[in-house]
Amino acid sequence: MTDHTVRAFDRELELLGRKIAEMGGIAEKMLSESIEALIRLNVDEANAIIATDIRLDLLQREVEEEAVRIIARRQPVSVDLREIVGAMRISGDLERVGDLAKNIAKRTVALANDQRLPRAMIGLRHMGELAAMQLKDVLDAYGQRDVERADAVWRRDVEIDALEDSVFRDLLTFMMEDPRNISSCTHLLFCSKNVERAGDHATNIAETVHYIVTGETLPVDRPKSMFGNQ
Amino acid sequence: MNDMSIMESTRAVQDDVKVAIKNLYFYYGGAKPSLKNINLSLSTNQVTAFIGPSGCGKSTLLRVLNRMYDLYPNQRAEGEVLLDGENILTPKQDLNLLRARIGMVFQKPTPFPMTIYENIAFGIRLYEKLPKSELNGRVEKALRDAALWNEVKDKLNASGLSLSGGQQQRLCIARTVAIKPEVILFDEPCSALDPISTAKVEELIDELSDKYTIAIVTHNMQQAARVSDMTAFMYLGELIEFDETTKMFTSPAQQRTQDYITGRFG
Repeated sequence: MTDHTVRAFDRELELLGRKIAEMGGIAEKMLSESIEALIRLNVDEANAIIATDIRLDLLQREVEEEAVRIIARRQPVSVDLREIVGAMRISGDLERVGDLAKNIAKRTVALANDQRLPRAMIGLRHMGELAAMQLKDVLDAYGQRDVERADAVWRRDVEIDALEDSVFRDLLTFMMEDPRNISSCTHLLFCSKNVERAGDHATNIAETVHYIVTGETLPVDRPKSMFGNQ
Repeated sequence: MNDMSIMESTRAVQDDVKVAIKNLYFYYGGAKPSLKNINLSLSTNQVTAFIGPSGCGKSTLLRVLNRMYDLYPNQRAEGEVLLDGENILTPKQDLNLLRARIGMVFQKPTPFPMTIYENIAFGIRLYEKLPKSELNGRVEKALRDAALWNEVKDKLNASGLSLSGGQQQRLCIARTVAIKPEVILFDEPCSALDPISTAKVEELIDELSDKYTIAIVTHNMQQAARVSDMTAFMYLGELIEFDETTKMFTSPAQQRTQDYITGRFG
């Protein structure tokens, strides 16, 4: 795109984009590492993830402040306005992804002494990988303002939802089998919900990218898994 | 009201064309047109804003709408401008009558060097013979419509030139509405005003749009975004894009519109 006549405006928008990119990197890393830490019940890694979240929260605040400053000073319209509104939304989604990863890490710490972990861990790991991939894809789509790629992420969320269903069933069976599993499985249920929500945030970002580039919103109804939610 | 009926009523309003501009070309004298094939409509009781860089033809277009160009022998327009379906560009059009139906407010306030009262009454007398009491009523009504009455009611015999810039501009608007036009053209009405006077004029435009069809030319894009229902973007004598103001300022269809309104031009 051509530069603004007022170049300071371009610099401000660039700065906003860079901050989102940094947030994206952190959120992506937190999400995949939290799944890894959970699978291996690695408490040190989990604690490191919990500590990272502060940086993400700070960045989100900076993005919001910068966006408000730009709106106040430049009165952006059209694509600029959509960029700024988009940055605010995406930073909110990424901050939430960080919170969800942090929550998984906290549960990892709580689970650390439990050795009887179910088969559902495999499904959970797969879910985590999918969600991390979705997040990575959508951040690339944002970086390149690539609508098709964003739309593909938006359509793919249904896979994570389907996996969540199956993880849920596994965990339920495991709990019914032996009530002593209930405590750990409850943590894992929350972990699975967290991963599913992280996927939802990736689709939110996909919707925002679609809006930034085209000025149009995707339909309210997203493709849903056959089973629906429990 | 459900969504469907809102959409229908919006469409009904938009279908209600007050001024239809068709295949309009305008020449300042030479062979090169300053307006090239302009086609658009002003809808009844809507505010239509014209934006574009200097020399794009937006003021020229406004001057065609009440045939201001007739004051200059070499200037000519081709095509049609239909006011309620009748072409006002034909030679038989009565220009005084036309300018009574299509009033104009200019960039710089231009009060006549006479009393506030006379500034308004003067125009009315040109078109109508009214008894004194009725004339007083019309003057008051015009000043009220222009949101100026409360500020000048105690000094109607003071000179129009004694008012502040913003008040003078509202006096000019009062003068325009006094003769009960159907369409009001604003040519950068706020460019010589401070922000508070600007806000008052914008509020006034909003109120006037209940009764009048309004066209406004402005260099201030935020002003176009604030006051208008429809926005037309012009460039080098051509109409580039014409759409609802909300659409134009959130996601315009044309790249040139986007570049202009976001400050990326040239």
